[in-house]
Amino acid sequence: MKKVELIDVSKSYDKQVDVISNIDVTIEPGEFFVLVGPSGCGKSTMLRMIAGLEEITGGIIEIGGKRANHLSPDKRDLSMVFQNYALYPHLTVQQNITFGLDVKKVKKAVQAERANEVAEMLGLSDFLKRKPRELSGGQRQRVALARAIVSEAPICLMDEPLSNLDAKLRAHMRTEIRRIQRKLGITMIYVTHDQVEAMTMGDRIMILHEGKIQQVGKPIDIYNYPANPFVATFIGSPPMNISPARAVPTKSGIFIEDTIHVPMNEEQVAASSARSLLAGIRPEHIKPIVTGTESGNRIQVEVTNVEILGNETVFSFQVGQREWMAKWSGQWDIAIGDQVPILLGSEYFCVFDEETGELIRKPEGLEHLSIAKEVII
Amino acid sequence: MTTVRAPGVWKRSANLRVGFLYLLPSIILFAVFLFYPMIRTIYLSFFLTDQNGNAAVNVGFENYSYLLTSPAFLNSMKATGLFVLYTVPVGIILALFFALLANEKLKGIGFFRTMYSSTMGISVAASSVIWLFLFHPSVGVFNRILLVLDLPQIQWLLDPEWALISIAISTIWMNTGFSFLILLGGLQNIDEHLYESSRIDGAGYFYRLRRITIPMLSPTLFFIITISLINAFQTFGQIDILTKGGPSQSTNLIVYSIYREAFINYQFGTASAQAVILFVIILVVTLLQFKLLERKVHYQ
Repeated sequence: MKKVELIDVSKSYDKQVDVISNIDVTIEPGEFFVLVGPSGCGKSTMLRMIAGLEEITGGIIEIGGKRANHLSPDKRDLSMVFQNYALYPHLTVQQNITFGLDVKKVKKAVQAERANEVAEMLGLSDFLKRKPRELSGGQRQRVALARAIVSEAPICLMDEPLSNLDAKLRAHMRTEIRRIQRKLGITMIYVTHDQVEAMTMGDRIMILHEGKIQQVGKPIDIYNYPANPFVATFIGSPPMNISPARAVPTKSGIFIEDTIHVPMNEEQVAASSARSLLAGIRPEHIKPIVTGTESGNRIQVEVTNVEILGNETVFSFQVGQREWMAKWSGQWDIAIGDQVPILLGSEYFCVFDEETGELIRKPEGLEHLSIAKEVII
Repeated sequence: MTTVRAPGVWKRSANLRVGFLYLLPSIILFAVFLFYPMIRTIYLSFFLTDQNGNAAVNVGFENYSYLLTSPAFLNSMKATGLFVLYTVPVGIILALFFALLANEKLKGIGFFRTMYSSTMGISVAASSVIWLFLFHPSVGVFNRILLVLDLPQIQWLLDPEWALISIAISTIWMNTGFSFLILLGGLQNIDEHLYESSRIDGAGYFYRLRRITIPMLSPTLFFIITISLINAFQTFGQIDILTKGGPSQSTNLIVYSIYREAFINYQFGTASAQAVILFVIILVVTLLQFKLLERKVHYQ
């Protein structure tokens, strides 16, 4: 179980524009680390740089405490699962799994034994004699996984391994990959564009955008306290509602579209004065006004779209130029065009500096439920 | 109640007729330039002909039995066999070697790719004339080089021992461009991720070549082997220009022998019989190849 450390790593293809820059991160031994970002943000390139398939143009990569900038891929003690699985179509499943062992001249008997062991772990025992083209997408995915596991490398890299699977299988494989990683205790570096995968699988996640780190941290911290508007809208579904806001020092707070007031303390006001601001609130923090609702920003909105997802209802409405969304639990009988009174809990608002993207005001009063406190036996 | 009558033959064959209509242009072309000559050749092979190639006397299989005992024909069969052995394996290995070189991602590799495939763009006649100069006993480059190296001179195209080899060398040169291009195309089709995955496993160049490149290239290799074999059996142009079948029949390959039999000796009957024999040989070789080699080919 090895540590991977990236120190001020950058990459450029034409020696002028950096596609990746200022990457500083330490991936702890045994950690499940997820790199997430939209297409073209450089996450796959970063993974390939760790694997040694791409040159690094600046900075240092350390693997297991040793400098690895110029180590060839096989000297880095890692395994990799590719997005298209990269299975050898002319070899059987067994030969595919043992390919790496054969390269390292492991004895045939040992190869077969290890292949059987891994195949059993992944439920591939019945398919060992088949060719990849005779397998379903999910089975191929497992073969790719088996190939990575059988090498017993302490670090495993995965490049969007689940993106070619259907939604149901993807959900299943998410838990399976997580279970295997915990069982073997390997350091996992996992690339995905799917924020759900990132949230559910990662011990820590790193959000990349245009080759730069946006935020690194535990999924729940990133969800609660996004470092900038990009992270706020990238993580969470539906995304956080964000609108421009204006500071009004006399009222000790800011106004969104002159109607929604968000109170701020003196320090926050000082940090935000004379700057253009963005204020955001998560859809689940927009609440219905029912009996016993405390006071806050009550406004009347016109519904522009409704989606009922079984036990929750998502509807949209206009706030100035932006379309906002609210998520209420339960099935609500709302039609397009209805006037709905809503409550915007002012404590839940995030406030960002529009220019730097910096988070000026953290949301407060987030519900943290714990079994020990809430459940009465 | 009205009964629904089954549609008539005319109606049911509508799709067939439309399909046939689409095929008609190529059927006409094939019929005029392929099927008719082929049937005519088989027909003529059972006859003695007059000078204009009209069937005169039906001799049954006599043309064939004559050929199979004729030392001249057996000699040209042997020469053809040797020629195929000289050109096909060397040509393909050479083309594969160049293709592997040109498949590397280097600066300016496009130039080399163009150079290696350039022989495709030169006609057999033009390149044969070039080779005629290269092989020239006194002013040719090859003999000059031998002279400089203090080696005995070779009468390339005039020595019966060397003539077939000389023709083979020029043929390999002419065919390499095409084989190279096809093989390079095959190499570029191999998924780059397979190589990356094997690099992570630590596979060296020759391990990758043996366990990934060659198996993945096998459909292309199979195709190019088939085409090269057929081409080698049908070699004509360079022989006509370089040696005219000589010296002492050593380069009288089968197609050239057919040409001489038909258009110099006006023996259209025996020429047709030779053509039919060549057809059968190529057919058998190709079928054998499919039977023996195709099992080793990995189609995706």
